[in-house]
Amino acid sequence: MKRDRPGKGLDTSRREFCKTILLGTMSLAVPGSILAATEKKGLSDWYGTKYEPAKHLYAMGIKVDRCIGCGRCVDACKKENNVPDYPFFFRTWVERYIETEDGQTIVDSPNGGKDGFKTLPSDKKVFKTFFVPKICNQCEKPPCVQVCPVGATYRTEDGVVLVDSQYCIGCRYCIQACPYGMRFIRPETKTAEKCTFCYHRIVKGLLPACVEACPTQARVFGDLKSKASPIIQFMRFNKTFVLKPGLNTEPKVYYADIDREVR
Amino acid sequence: MNAEIARLYETLKLVVGFIYPNEIELHWNLLIVIYPYITGLVAGAFILASLVKVFKVKEVQATYRLALLTALSFLIVAPLPLVAHLGHPERGFEMFMTPSPSSAMAMFGFVYVWYLMAVLLLEIWFDYRKDFMVLAEQEKGYKRLVYKVLSLFTKDNSPAALSFDKKAVYAITVVGIPSAFLLHGYVGFIFGSIKANPWWSSVLMPIVFLFSAIVSGIALVLLIYMVAVLVRGEEPDMACIDKLASFLFYMMIVDFSLEFLDFVHRIYQSEESIQILGQMISERLFTSLIVIQLILGMIIPLVAIALVKMFKWPAEIRRLSYFIVALLVQFGIFSTRWNVVIGGQLFSKSFRGLTAYKMAVGGVEGLLVSLGFLVLPFVILYVLIRWLPPWEKEHAPSVPNR
Amino acid sequence: MWKRIPEQIRHLVVPIVALVIIYFVARHFLVPPTFGLWGHYRAASVVQNAELPLKYAGSEACADCHSEIASTKKGGYHRGVACEICHGAAYTHTQDQEKQKPQIPRTRANCLLCHEYQPSRPTGFPQVVSESHNPLKLCTACHQPHDPRPPHPPKGCDACHATIQRTIAVSRHGDLVCTTCHEVPNNHRLSPRGNMAKKPQTREACGKCHAQDASASKEIPRVDMASHGGKYLCWECHYPHMPGAR
Repeated sequence: MKRDRPGKGLDTSRREFCKTILLGTMSLAVPGSILAATEKKGLSDWYGTKYEPAKHLYAMGIKVDRCIGCGRCVDACKKENNVPDYPFFFRTWVERYIETEDGQTIVDSPNGGKDGFKTLPSDKKVFKTFFVPKICNQCEKPPCVQVCPVGATYRTEDGVVLVDSQYCIGCRYCIQACPYGMRFIRPETKTAEKCTFCYHRIVKGLLPACVEACPTQARVFGDLKSKASPIIQFMRFNKTFVLKPGLNTEPKVYYADIDREVR
Repeated sequence: MNAEIARLYETLKLVVGFIYPNEIELHWNLLIVIYPYITGLVAGAFILASLVKVFKVKEVQATYRLALLTALSFLIVAPLPLVAHLGHPERGFEMFMTPSPSSAMAMFGFVYVWYLMAVLLLEIWFDYRKDFMVLAEQEKGYKRLVYKVLSLFTKDNSPAALSFDKKAVYAITVVGIPSAFLLHGYVGFIFGSIKANPWWSSVLMPIVFLFSAIVSGIALVLLIYMVAVLVRGEEPDMACIDKLASFLFYMMIVDFSLEFLDFVHRIYQSEESIQILGQMISERLFTSLIVIQLILGMIIPLVAIALVKMFKWPAEIRRLSYFIVALLVQFGIFSTRWNVVIGGQLFSKSFRGLTAYKMAVGGVEGLLVSLGFLVLPFVILYVLIRWLPPWEKEHAPSVPNR
Repeated sequence: MWKRIPEQIRHLVVPIVALVIIYFVARHFLVPPTFGLWGHYRAASVVQNAELPLKYAGSEACADCHSEIASTKKGGYHRGVACEICHGAAYTHTQDQEKQKPQIPRTRANCLLCHEYQPSRPTGFPQVVSESHNPLKLCTACHQPHDPRPPHPPKGCDACHATIQRTIAVSRHGDLVCTTCHEVPNNHRLSPRGNMAKKPQTREACGKCHAQDASASKEIPRVDMASHGGKYLCWECHYPHMPGAR
């Protein structure tokens, strides 16, 4: 784990520098009248609630040893978020890993694990086998946001990567850029879609649907900026890992008890 | 269940190994293959044209205007497949309204406009201004008006003004060469900067794109020139054709070396993805990569040009060989684009399996529409040649003095 | 001054300036009003994402009315299982009890989603092989889902340790009973986590059969306990549930 707790690393000054340059250029490009118009809309106090995004930073912990592959998370996610019920569109899914005695690794995820798992896909002798839930890593440096040409996907102040489905042009560059295969095009709207950590739930203090639906607490959700949060306990008591750390995306989904074969 | 979903169920049967569930749909298809192919032709044709103006290669003077018009007709078509493949083409203008400063794709709109407006159109305008004025004098009716508009109602045909035109063309070409490099190197960067995709992610990608673009552009102008000469029943300028073939040969050597370097580098570094990429080449890309791109599109043309040059065969045989070579090169470069764009999406980012590409025939993303986009530039070129004759003999009438 | 600039340039400036003006005018009207307020995106989109309708109410909402069931669940093995996992998304029900009645699953399949035996499930998680586990009865006939104790303490170890049971059954240790090696406290079957079974803590436990001078059958492989393995316990290298495995 490169960094357990959020915070600015050594690259702060460089980031600040880039920001200054960019903001400078943008202020030239974006007419002042646009900025003035937004003030009138009253959006600066978060749609009339007392919710303050800057005071939160959401993250998820996944304890692989606890996952029983029941697929309730996938089912709940599809229902909560109206995800098209075909085996090609998932905001979260569960993978089954089977390492055989002859050293092969077989992975499968029939219908994303939504209907649970049936018999093993191979007759080979099993060395070990386990389930791994996957979900958008809500990266601190999200490649999908970096490549979006129009600003239709972005990272909120509380650390969630969202899509603006009314502004997305459907170029699919973000799908190519995501190393984790987390994005898809919703057929009806032809816009990109992905896990939002159930943003409409978490800003109201509820848990994401997949966490709510996990019967074994394999998924832990919380606020890294709160001292008494399940995610802080999770980080404290587990040795954690993130997926594809070499790509420097700085995921906000942390895995405990994970296997070397998981990618 | 609609056709799109049915196609995904069909593709599901072709999946080998494990892929992430969202990866079954192949997102960038044939339309995105022809986009870098067409852009490459533009950059290549322009760089050929600049040989005449900046590097003073006299032999290929005959192809200068033809190359410019070719570049323009393909550049006009270049963004069409991009727009066509968008989920929301009607929102495409957002790319110009709120371009994301961090996005490689957002900047393409501006690079494109710069290249179209500031380089190609300007250069053609300055080069043709005298012709516009002459033609406006000769023609009658609406044609006269069109030429007047095209000349932007300029009337100054004094030697000083005409020499200003020449200087402007030279200056624009000097700016145009890096711009052409930028245009296509930039297309390479759109792919090369995707760190999530080991098949794309490479610093060599923009350079490989650039040189393969030059190769395809020279080969295209060579083809068009030979066909045009044939159609017009003229005596072909063999020195020009030989020179073009030589440049094609040199550029192919550079292109081949770069691609070979990329290949060796990947094999030698042998990173996490090497096994699945190897499997992809042998199971999914063998025909398009090994047979078409490498053997038909690269090795055979290189050997053929070398043989022709070594043994100094008669003109007819030379012409025939060049013609076949230029055709093969087109197929080869098209395959190169195919292997980059489609290949980069055939393997799972879990590096554990392969998906497949089932090309549709009808529909916006189908074969027919793409063929249309490949034919369209030639239609535009035909119209352009009709209105802006690029031939030396016709455009040398004396300018009436006032 | 203007006239001294070449005619070409003067005539070109007009369309170029027109294009630039058109661009900035278009920008003024086409950029959405909240774009750029919080970053390079439409701030209104954040609000739109936050206002999407709820489907799952969350267990706390259920406990407000169904406090009796909530307190039953609190002490049982299903305390971590949210109500809506079995009863379905029920936000509508929390808003209007008449409009939506949550489902009550009455099939075996629902319980088997979690409790059917699968080798990939973590060991110790209670699983059954449904084909042989009272195939014609509903689960709820014997188990109360809000406090799912077994109707009687499980007879064999395989009720919970099915993976191990299946592994050892086809191994050379297939004839051994679990207690040959494991010391199992009396209450382990009633309260497993509070009374954990033990693994052998000495090399002699295996030596009973595998030492040179053991009195067991001659076909059992023997080792020199003094020189073989050094400081390690036998099961730190050999997997006793599948001693032939790599």
